[in-house]
Amino acid sequence: MPDASFVGTALAPSAPYLVGREKIKEFALAVGEGASVCSDVDAARAAGHPDVVAPPTFAVTFTMPLIEGFLRDPAFGWDYSRMVHGDQSIVLHRPIHGGDELVTVIHVEDLSTRAGSHMLTLRCEVTAVDGTAVATTKALLVTGS
Amino acid sequence: MSAVEKGTELPPLELRVTRADLVRYAGASGDLNPIHWSDRVATGVGLPGVIAHGMLTMALAARFVTAWVGDPSAVRSYGVRFTRPVVVPDDDEGALVELSGKVTDVTDGIAKVAITARCDGKTVLGRAVAEVALPS
Repeated sequence: MPDASFVGTALAPSAPYLVGREKIKEFALAVGEGASVCSDVDAARAAGHPDVVAPPTFAVTFTMPLIEGFLRDPAFGWDYSRMVHGDQSIVLHRPIHGGDELVTVIHVEDLSTRAGSHMLTLRCEVTAVDGTAVATTKALLVTGS
Repeated sequence: MSAVEKGTELPPLELRVTRADLVRYAGASGDLNPIHWSDRVATGVGLPGVIAHGMLTMALAARFVTAWVGDPSAVRSYGVRFTRPVVVPDDDEGALVELSGKVTDVTDGIAKVAITARCDGKTVLGRAVAEVALPS
């Protein structure tokens, strides 16, 4: 049974995640994003970006491991083995670029139980190390009792 | 792009997703859940077979929109519900994902696009909406 006292709290900020240029290229290749600004730093700079541009869903690569770490913590009481992803959204306050150093704070927004299923909403606030907002992601995760 | 208005339809796109694509996405995203590469584990938890990562399906639908707008940095927001898994058979053809989309609103240079993603004739993403900045 997940511990509802976590609802409304925020976890400690993550260590800064350094967005690798090659990681962006690898991710773009994996999702078939063919735009040159994702893989060619010269093309990205010519388009006015400081470095290569991450595809829109790239933040999952560094936010999901943080979410998994929280959900596998026995203190929260979540059955990770039976989890399914219900929905996902992302708001990009600006594009993510190669060389960004990003800090993520997970907010436990909501938890409800219906017909033996637990529905958890987690919000990730992603900021640059200077505190400026970069992305806000939200995931609805569902598991059994 | 100057002619984009409410009701504009995006050129449809058909994509094939194979097991190799799932392995590549698993590595790139770090999501190594075996339901995305092991039939034994997938069927063991009641799935019809290995399924694509929901986040991969979401990313493919994003690629459909960024290809249309011509700029992956144009996306301002994007959200989906995962309504049905994409089952990926262990063959060379894989699963066929059919993407279509329509502009439902244009305000201050931002187009709202409602995306439809189908596999085997069934919708696999629900409420899939992206907001993208149109080129000025």
